[in-house]
Amino acid sequence: MTDQDLQSPKPAARPKDPTVLHLTLKNRSVFWGGLLLIIIVVIAALGPFFTVDPIALNPMNRLKPPGDAGTFGTDQLGRDVLSRVVNGARISLVVGIAVAVISIVIGLFLGLIAGYIRIMDAIIMRVMDGLMSIPAILLAIAMISLSGATLTTVVAAIVIPEIPRVVRLVRSVVLTVREEPYVEAAISAGTRVPMIMSRHVLPNCIAPLIVQATYICGSAMLTEAILGFLGAGIPPEIPSWGNIMSEGRTFFQLTPWIIFFPGICLAVTVLAVNIVGDGLRDTLDPRIARNMR
Amino acid sequence: MTAVLEVKGLSVSLPKHADRPFAVQNIDITVNKGEIVCVVGESGSGKSVTAFTVMGLHDTRALTPTAGTILLEGTNLLGLDIQAIRKARGEKMSMIFQEPMTALNPVARVGDQIGEMLEIHTSLSSAERKVRVIKAMDDVHLPDPEKMYRSFPHQLSGGQRQRIMIAMALVLEPVLLIADEPTTALDVTTQAQILKLVRELQDRRGMGVLFITHDFGVVADIADRVVVMQHGQIVEQGTVSEILGNPQHHYTKMLIGAVPSMTPPARDPASGEVALVAKALDKRYGAKGLFGGGRVVHAAQEVSFDLRRRETLGIVGESGSGKSTVARCIMRLIDPTSGQVLLSGDDIARISEGTLRPYRRDIQIVFQDPYRSLNPRRTVGQSIVEGPMNFGTSEAEARKRAEDLMTIVGLSPDALERFPHQFSGGQRQRICIARALAMEPRVLVADEAVSALDVSVQAQVLDLLDDVRNRFDLAMLFITHDLRVAAQVCDRIMVMKQGVVVEQGPTAKVYANPQHAYTRALLEAAPGRQIFTT
Repeated sequence: MTDQDLQSPKPAARPKDPTVLHLTLKNRSVFWGGLLLIIIVVIAALGPFFTVDPIALNPMNRLKPPGDAGTFGTDQLGRDVLSRVVNGARISLVVGIAVAVISIVIGLFLGLIAGYIRIMDAIIMRVMDGLMSIPAILLAIAMISLSGATLTTVVAAIVIPEIPRVVRLVRSVVLTVREEPYVEAAISAGTRVPMIMSRHVLPNCIAPLIVQATYICGSAMLTEAILGFLGAGIPPEIPSWGNIMSEGRTFFQLTPWIIFFPGICLAVTVLAVNIVGDGLRDTLDPRIARNMR
Repeated sequence: MTAVLEVKGLSVSLPKHADRPFAVQNIDITVNKGEIVCVVGESGSGKSVTAFTVMGLHDTRALTPTAGTILLEGTNLLGLDIQAIRKARGEKMSMIFQEPMTALNPVARVGDQIGEMLEIHTSLSSAERKVRVIKAMDDVHLPDPEKMYRSFPHQLSGGQRQRIMIAMALVLEPVLLIADEPTTALDVTTQAQILKLVRELQDRRGMGVLFITHDFGVVADIADRVVVMQHGQIVEQGTVSEILGNPQHHYTKMLIGAVPSMTPPARDPASGEVALVAKALDKRYGAKGLFGGGRVVHAAQEVSFDLRRRETLGIVGESGSGKSTVARCIMRLIDPTSGQVLLSGDDIARISEGTLRPYRRDIQIVFQDPYRSLNPRRTVGQSIVEGPMNFGTSEAEARKRAEDLMTIVGLSPDALERFPHQFSGGQRQRICIARALAMEPRVLVADEAVSALDVSVQAQVLDLLDDVRNRFDLAMLFITHDLRVAAQVCDRIMVMKQGVVVEQGPTAKVYANPQHAYTRALLEAAPGRQIFTT
């Protein structure tokens, strides 16, 4: 390097780094998974305007196979399965997204504190260890039987067991980042702890958290369906994929379509979310991303 | 003399978006039997690419040899299939690496790792293998090979690990040994031992050695012939006496000229006011915790010194000597166990973070690793104004000062808008210096601040540190493991070993007449001291 180079610090002579968004969309699994997810979301959002009332009974048309009585057939009370599945999508997506967002926010907060403040580390992490030792489904069933089944309690019941996982993830990132010289430089410059957290530590947690959020979203939808199937979830009058499958269980051998369609929808939705998560992990993790370019 | 390795007209192309089309271009290197050829160059010169391409270990997705031949005892390696290359590796040629910790498998016993070479390439029984391994370990002068055979890498020191690597490389008696910066990660005394070992083994076995290094001191100690590389091309090659005694190419001249001399220049004793005093500073690690017990590490013991303005105090020592611990205690990045740190008369060693905060302004630090010292997600300007704004300076004012500082450290003010990854290591270190100066400190701690830089950049950053010290009346604490650098910049020197200060005094006096045996050993071990003394 000559002195002249130093006078005019040109950007390093490599091509400009593509933006994260650009890279992300170039990733095939993010693209196709995302497209699938968008289609599902659009159907869930607009579908109810185009389908019949999902809880309208029609005893004359009970247990009809897919065809004239309804594209997906009807159930034992003559309700339209297509309409119920489309409306159920909304419940699944709401539960998935709500659980992901809430558990990430709470987990992020606790994880930052646990990772950065020594004394709180022991306290918070022991509580988290305790939470992790309770089986998620049992905890959810217990909570719901105590406080009644509403959408809020279902979400809360799924959020609580997810929090420890997020806290652990955030804490481990914080523990690595806090040793970075630029954090020590900030300490030396008199930057206060909340500022160090928000400026220097938090941005490094975002990428792994987005990836984790997608997995939480997928597993929350599954848990919601499991709870519904066990009869411990969303009240039966609201159609959710778990509820529909639960009610169709009795007639499975006679009328498999009642279980088949919500089941397929659940599987495809969770798959789409997980594909997006895998793709995001590849693009946001610099170690993997370098090999993919 | 017969050539073991002949690289002829080799070009290796880089992927399309790289900063130049070729990693190395049209290079010719010959290594004869019984000869050590040093390839010297700064980072990015293509010296490691050359070594890895010879071994066939280059990243095949990014690097493609496009022209030339690599003849190992007459066989073109570039034409061989993977099976044949695999057979040649180990039997005909082998390689040792820079980082002896990561080059060994942490979960396998070192004896078995050496034995694996024999298992793959020979049909010896396991008892015979063990005998050969113990012999190989004995050859590299490892103490008690029988016992060490069963050790895991983490139980060994850096020097011992590198000896294991060498034993592994040489157990099959290859004709060519490639050494890629094998001593760069080692302490200076260990480095001297390893260099001696390589020389000795090469003498005894008559193999050819291709030795990659960035350090002309090492070249002076070990090379028979020297190849100087820059930007992927060979700029000069010749015997070691030709290159060191009468360099032709201006780049070679510049590299040799940039090697700091071991003779300290004459300096007047500093007379400024005392800025920083450390009294009986002590730091112990361990032995706390819920159940007590555990091993106590005494990282710093009774360290005392004082530091005046416009004075540079060097703390030198090998890794684990406690020199960085002292720096971090003074910065209050860790809390000293006992002792005092007096900053303009006030003891800051054990006060609470809140009380400490106003004192943070007065003492700033520049770290070793320029790639990790700046937050990659914030612009240079944001990083520099952060400190002053913490203490109530308005953004406009801090910005204005940051622009002035950029000029002082030799960068243009528009660099403030850029992100750290757009700068080279040396430029980033200048930014870190600017960030420290933005606080208007009285004391500047440079913790191995030039150790990660290429030698030519190192010289420039050292000049800058000297310049800002005089311009801003700074007291400077300069921590380094490199005695040549210390000789050039420090007014006084403090030598540390295992947490204890063994010697301290004016630099010229310590270098001319070292009192402690350890100081003498350090000075003896400095590479190339016979040549680079003036």
